[in-house]
Amino acid sequence: MTGFLLAVPVLLPALGAGVVLLRLPRPAARGVSTLVLAAVAADAAALLVLADTRGPQALHVGGWPAPLGVPLVADRLSALLLTVSALVALAVLVFAIGQGTAEERRRSAEVFHPAYLLLVTGVSLAFLTGDLFNLFVAFEVMLAASYVLITLNAGESRTRSGMTYTVVSMTSSLLFLTLVALVYAATGTVNLAQLGPRLAELPDGLRGALALLLLVVLGIKTAIVPLHFWLPDSYPTAPAPITAVFAALLTKVGVYALLRTQTLLFPRTGVWTLLACVAIAAMVVGILGAVAQDDLNRLLSFTLVSHIGYMLFGLALFDTRGLTGTVLYVVHHIVVQAALFLAAALVVRRTGTAALHRMAERPPPGALLVVLFSLPALSLAGVPPFSGFVAKLALLRAGVAEAGPAAYALTAAALLTSLLTLYAMTRVVTSAFMARPARSARGEAPGPPEPPSPAEAARPSARVRGGPPGSRLMIGAAVAMTATGLAVAACAGPLARLGDRAAHDLLDPRQYRSVVLHEEDR
Amino acid sequence: MTGAADSTVNTLDVTMAVMVGGLFAVGFYLMLQRSLMRIVLGFVLLGHGTNLLLLVAGGTPGRPPMVKGGTADPAALADPLPQAMALTSIVITFGLTTFLAALAYRSWRLTGHDEVRDDVEDRRIGTARERAGADTETAAGKGDGDDTAGAER
Repeated sequence: MTGFLLAVPVLLPALGAGVVLLRLPRPAARGVSTLVLAAVAADAAALLVLADTRGPQALHVGGWPAPLGVPLVADRLSALLLTVSALVALAVLVFAIGQGTAEERRRSAEVFHPAYLLLVTGVSLAFLTGDLFNLFVAFEVMLAASYVLITLNAGESRTRSGMTYTVVSMTSSLLFLTLVALVYAATGTVNLAQLGPRLAELPDGLRGALALLLLVVLGIKTAIVPLHFWLPDSYPTAPAPITAVFAALLTKVGVYALLRTQTLLFPRTGVWTLLACVAIAAMVVGILGAVAQDDLNRLLSFTLVSHIGYMLFGLALFDTRGLTGTVLYVVHHIVVQAALFLAAALVVRRTGTAALHRMAERPPPGALLVVLFSLPALSLAGVPPFSGFVAKLALLRAGVAEAGPAAYALTAAALLTSLLTLYAMTRVVTSAFMARPARSARGEAPGPPEPPSPAEAARPSARVRGGPPGSRLMIGAAVAMTATGLAVAACAGPLARLGDRAAHDLLDPRQYRSVVLHEEDR
Repeated sequence: MTGAADSTVNTLDVTMAVMVGGLFAVGFYLMLQRSLMRIVLGFVLLGHGTNLLLLVAGGTPGRPPMVKGGTADPAALADPLPQAMALTSIVITFGLTTFLAALAYRSWRLTGHDEVRDDVEDRRIGTARERAGADTETAAGKGDGDDTAGAER
């Protein structure tokens, strides 16, 4: 029964993709995709409950025992992230269906659904796999689907940025494969549970080199700062819902892989100074990039780069508190980043431009959009009642409790980045939603100064409600994402305890190892 | 790669190591070029290098790992696992190469050449800053962040 639950998130979307490829009529294709993702979300929630109450669950695929075969493992961390990811993927799918209805794009829809389901397959497999080579395969499934999605209806700019994205991702994949080969040559296994003790026997230099190569490989996929250049160039050019799902899921899968491999394969005691430096650089460089941007989607992409730094913060501390913070931050960020990109897509649709200085000249979008954008924006900046505050608080407390120079530096950088995030978000809100008087920070020609009358300001939102059925779906998806963000904040207590247990599991992987290596009955 | 103490380096190892190293070097060199076709070729070579490396990771060559009746000495057999992994990765690199070639072709159809160009948005920010700097003689002394724009170009 558990084995069945473990196989569903990987198998069902893959089968669904095959079914949708059979040129089903559009409503049928949409129905199949939605049902599949809803089933995956329900299944992931069941897995989370199982993993939390009964410990890690393992499935030895094909009946091969663990060191030879590929195990699928769900522990608290992977089940939690799988659940959140499936929910976000479902919401974004609904949004994309709404956008498809509203804009009537026929040809891209045929490719969209299978590719999207394969993307979810890859994400699920990456979360569940207990094998280094299989992790590579999961990344490939996910990335191959993402190459197709990012070049849908490829015009000139999309081809150019898609090329950048594809080449960078493929290079990192080949480096990953190199790492797998080197690890196998050194230890004779690629099973994550078995690798930990075997890697510990290696000479320090070799072990350090492998750990560094792994950090670089996952660093490219996660867009950690010196290796982030591809992300703000490629993500914003994709269609809006695809940008949202990429920003929410793909980099987080990288963070998850980093968490899993570093704790399982290269456990250490004390602060990891290299990663602390990288995290500080990520936070500061990313947010300064965001402040400098004028394009809404690029700005959000840079905040994504910056906030990856927060997730590295906890991992760099390498203790229970830090990892708890990281787990909370990943959960919060998946939801909030998706909500932000969906709201931004609605704003861009309403105002007709993604450039902030032009938005200031147009009539502001309706009150509903203001709420839909502002709530996740405030949450991202870490303003108290929202989920970002909970996650940041956990990280900052971990940093202060650690009390070394690196930890204090991390804490300071995190606080600075929060402030700058708030500034960047305020800039968006003022230029997109508030009719501004004639002044401009850049000294450019400002827009017509007369503020629109209340009736004029209210009209766009009226158009939203009475618009085509598609836009109602889009708004609904964005509302659902924002509501999920609020729910994360409301459930902060249980979630923090769950994160704490997950962090304990990460730091003490004996249970994980025993489940993967010794349990024969499924 | 392997510990020098317990394994003897034979000629095959050195040949393969040189091959893999050469393929990596040429592959990365080609990927650093501006022409899309060279990038695709670089990716192909890099993929070959990686697949060879996977094969080498299996250790010394041996007989096919198939036993029909009775038992065989495991030390005499080749390690099948890296071969399975190499097979998987060959399929993956092959598929991705096709996609990359199609994308390069699309890019050539759309632009008429196969050069990789600078990022549009980066250039726009740069020119916007320059324009802003040019027509604000009145608002002198507000040179916010011009150095970064200069560095990007």
